[in-house]
Amino acid sequence: MSYIARPKVSHPALARNDLGLTMRDYEGGMSTLCAGCGHDSITGSLIQAVFELSIPPHRMAKLSGIGCSSKTPAYFASSSHGFNSVHGRMPSVATGAAAVNGDLQYIGVSGDGDSLSIGIGQFVHAMRRNLNMLYLIEDNGVYGLTKGQFSASADAGSTAKRGEVNEQPAIDPCLLAIAAGCGFVARGFSGDRAQLVPLLKAGLSHRGFAMIDVISPCVTFNDHEGSTKSYRFTRENAFPIDHTDFIPPEAEIKADIGRGESQRVELHGGGSILLRKLAREYDIGDRGEAYRYLDARQGKGEVVTGLLFLQEGGADMHELSRLGETPLADLPYGRLCPGPDALAELQNRLR
Amino acid sequence: MQPTDIRNPDYFHRVVDCQWGCPAHTDVPEYIRLIAQGRYADAYMLNRQSNVFPAILGRVCDRPCEPACRRGRVEDKPVAICRLKRVAADLRGDIDHRLPQAPDEKNGKRVALIGAGCASLTVANDLAPLGYELVMYELLDKPGGLMRSNIPAFRLPVEVLDEEMDQILRMGIDLRLGQGVASMKDLLDNGGYDAVFVGTGAPKGKELNLPGRHDTQSVHIGIEWLESVAFGHLDSIGERVLIIGVGNTAMDCCRTSLRLGAKDVKVMARKPRGFFKASDWELEDAEEERVEIVVNHSPKEFVVEGGKLKGMVFELMEYDIDEAGKIAASRVAGEQFIPCDEVILAIGQDTAFPWVERDIGIEFDQWEVPVVDRVTYQSTRAGVFFGGDAAFGPENIIWAVEHGHQAAISIHKHCQGEPIAERMPAGMNLLAAKMGIHEWSYSNDYDAASRRAMQHMSLEKRFRKLDIEVELGFTPEQAAREAERCLNCDIQTVFEAPLCIECDACVDICPVHCLTIAPNGEEEELRERLTAPARNLDQPLYVSAELPQTGRVMVKDEDLCVHCGLCAERCPTAAWDMQKSELLVPYARHEATARPPMGSARRKEPQFDEGAGQVRSAA
Ligand SMILES: Cc1cc2nc3c(=O)[nH]c(=O)nc-3n(C[C@H](O)[C@H](O)[C@H](O)COP(=O)(O)OP(=O)(O)OC[C@H]3O[C@@H](n4cnc5c(N)ncnc54)[C@H](O)[C@@H]3O)c2cc1C
Ligand SMILES: Cc1ncc(C[n+]2csc(CCOP(=O)(O)OP(=O)(O)O)c2C)c(N)n1
Ligand code: SF4
Ligand code: SF4
Ligand code: SF4
Ligand SMILES: [Mg+2]
Repeated sequence: MSYIARPKVSHPALARNDLGLTMRDYEGGMSTLCAGCGHDSITGSLIQAVFELSIPPHRMAKLSGIGCSSKTPAYFASSSHGFNSVHGRMPSVATGAAAVNGDLQYIGVSGDGDSLSIGIGQFVHAMRRNLNMLYLIEDNGVYGLTKGQFSASADAGSTAKRGEVNEQPAIDPCLLAIAAGCGFVARGFSGDRAQLVPLLKAGLSHRGFAMIDVISPCVTFNDHEGSTKSYRFTRENAFPIDHTDFIPPEAEIKADIGRGESQRVELHGGGSILLRKLAREYDIGDRGEAYRYLDARQGKGEVVTGLLFLQEGGADMHELSRLGETPLADLPYGRLCPGPDALAELQNRLR
Repeated sequence: MQPTDIRNPDYFHRVVDCQWGCPAHTDVPEYIRLIAQGRYADAYMLNRQSNVFPAILGRVCDRPCEPACRRGRVEDKPVAICRLKRVAADLRGDIDHRLPQAPDEKNGKRVALIGAGCASLTVANDLAPLGYELVMYELLDKPGGLMRSNIPAFRLPVEVLDEEMDQILRMGIDLRLGQGVASMKDLLDNGGYDAVFVGTGAPKGKELNLPGRHDTQSVHIGIEWLESVAFGHLDSIGERVLIIGVGNTAMDCCRTSLRLGAKDVKVMARKPRGFFKASDWELEDAEEERVEIVVNHSPKEFVVEGGKLKGMVFELMEYDIDEAGKIAASRVAGEQFIPCDEVILAIGQDTAFPWVERDIGIEFDQWEVPVVDRVTYQSTRAGVFFGGDAAFGPENIIWAVEHGHQAAISIHKHCQGEPIAERMPAGMNLLAAKMGIHEWSYSNDYDAASRRAMQHMSLEKRFRKLDIEVELGFTPEQAAREAERCLNCDIQTVFEAPLCIECDACVDICPVHCLTIAPNGEEEELRERLTAPARNLDQPLYVSAELPQTGRVMVKDEDLCVHCGLCAERCPTAAWDMQKSELLVPYARHEATARPPMGSARRKEPQFDEGAGQVRSAA
């Protein structure tokens, strides 16, 4: 936390996006998280991603639950919509919002505690429903806000700052997402922006539920020896399976496709991603293989990062539930609120 | 790139743009902070150490610091550094007891100082406290050089000049007014001096030898004309005046003409705007007084009828300007006659040494300029030194002062039989600026205030007399506001690579995108890969050693850092820290005691004095 606010002064030659905005136009309030928190770096990556995609701030909705991670929406895009819900209940709020206004770009920011403990049921059902949103878990292996208790993503055998050993097995959100039918599953690391920003951009462009588990060290309670979510451990054990580059549709020709083996993946929402194969020994579109591969590598203590599974074209909640295309907010008042006669008729039908 | 060597005093010195831009290395941000605290006397004394004439320079300095000031790159206008200096002088109160003093007992060495301009006065300021016997020869009846004879009193009041000169002259300088040196050979052979300093300026105004030039009495050489006005020999001028040339001398000539009664004053420029030599602020001040600046007119001839000047013929110029903004080609597109009653030539000055014999070991180059060493200021004859405009041609007061400081060191070493080229190097102190968790020893919050405008005497009043000062100076309130605009460039960001955990907190918080963590590379290519490309090649990159976790490097582009300290506040491991740098500049008194400058932190109150006592024992 800093005493003075980040001054408004900016670099006079700052780049502008297609909307004529600079990165600074996507900033939010001053972070009140501990200095050095991984969550803040994810905020920085998010700002870069939405800036580069030229998303109009007023077309974004940021949603979260409770936790340090869930405070993130306050720290970027202060002119976007936002909803800070109850602990673990963000998916329900997001479902409601998306149902009535499918036109907004939904960004959910949650934590490992928020999504894998109290909110695990909501999280799984949001994937099953295939809500059209980017869903981030800022994963630090602890309940940061309540002072560092182990969370459900803490690895068995890892130790807390005071030395207690965690004996329960971890729930891996990526394995869970693959199993729950999610169409876009990735893992990033707050300390590797070169990888994270393209993943975020791809997730934002994916139609349907895009889940990214971002390892995000808690500098205060979980950055010690014995932690498996520290900066040092993650850097030493991170295993990027592919080099990810997000290429917006109009820039496709510029892509570096010639080098080595690569796989172009078209995204339903427009655009494509180019994957340069580093070590992937499976087909990114095969759910079973992806699950087996991940499970095996992680069993050896590796932190596998990158785009892990992708299946495009699945029907999202809007299609599945046959919801109207026009957001309720855009309906003329007479249609939105057709009056007492229409209500009486509806009630009659239900009698 | 190699990791930056921050132990080299030049590295952090260069970050303090104003101090780096100041020929005398005035510690600008420190004196601005002292002003902000209301410590005007301390601010004055700190200035005096390096620039000797704060009240004079606070009014008329050429201020190379201001175009250099970082604030001018971050937004458009630099801090009003020069005018803040004047505030320190205006509000300082009595500082007499803090000025250097000459010891009663002399050191037995005699030095002749030729010319009583700012260069010689600076040498006197530095050597008198060391016990030297100083004899100052001056051609004119009053001391001060061009500061008195040419810089008009409406810019520099005579009392201000006299007061600061007196601070030096009263240290027992043997000032011999009206005694120009007519023969250097005679002085060297019969004067009995251990060393001689030549500070005679560049006294010869340039001529414009066009047809008609010498057929009339109404064409004047600018610097001679200004001198006649300054000494009261001239108090009127014709109604219509043309000034030829558009440098700072031209600005003084046109404004002085208005005060002598001219009604229509035109400054005739050969080139377009943007190619003028005059500083922007001097042009502004002249135009405020309704002087007309006529561009693209090249003088062709003086039209004189029966000994009376009728006007001048000019060629109308056209220029092709290339992409770099330089003149690529020029041509004459016609001619124009402009009527006038008097013409003042303000097209430059040269040095002139008719009184220095050419067979006494003092060499001159093909342009009749003396051969002078750029570090020691010694001529080709040992013991004879040059400084100020006399050394390398016309410059300005602050350069003359710096020459004076350096020549004083050389003269001292020469007189003590020490090798003059072996000089004490400059040093650099770094002092912690952290006072508490979110507390720094300086005002780190960026203040978006714009530059304070200087109040001027009304147009109606200022022409009533020749010596009504136009600028009124800042009030304490204006000064306090302006002081907050300073970015404290001397509060340095200092990086400790082994502590960094590469969390990106500093990179994200920096409001001006100075910081990047990236794989190392060659400078040219690295500059393009930064968070914001570093395209100002005049500003260095600060590159760390390899970071412990990934082997990447932390790179800081110094260009636009506003020294807000947020990087240091956000850093969880204190890898970034804010530390105050203090350049330690040695003067003759440090050479004399063989004790390098200590810096303010270790000096006892009252601060920033010039240590006369300390020197007395050594002499
Ligand atoms: C019109 C004008 C305006 C200027 N305005 C500014 C300004 O606003 N700011 C700024 O920084 N600079 C300004 N300058 C430049 C500045 O005045 C000079 O650079 C500076 O005064 C040089 O100092 P000096 O000590 O080298 O020489 P000078 O100031 O020229 O002093 C030399 C002295 O030596 C004397 N002398 C000459 N020959 C002999 C001899 N043989 N024996 C004894 N004495 C001799 C002269 O009479 C004179 O008093 C201006 C110059 C001019 C002409
Ligand atoms: C219903 C409810 N139960 C418990 C809490 C207490 N609580 C606040 S934050 C939190 C855990 C947050 O952990 P995580 O989502 O991992 O966020 P982090 O702070 O680690 O980023 C808990 C249990 C609460 N606020 N509300
Ligand atoms: S902002 Fe202050 S310290 Fe920086 S260059 Fe300007 S005056 Fe000097
Ligand atoms: S002090 Fe630090 S955060 Fe502030 S502008 Fe400079 S580098 Fe950026
Ligand atoms: S905030 Fe400190 S630890 Fe984090 S990247 Fe910057 S210097 Fe390194
Ligand atoms: Mg957590």
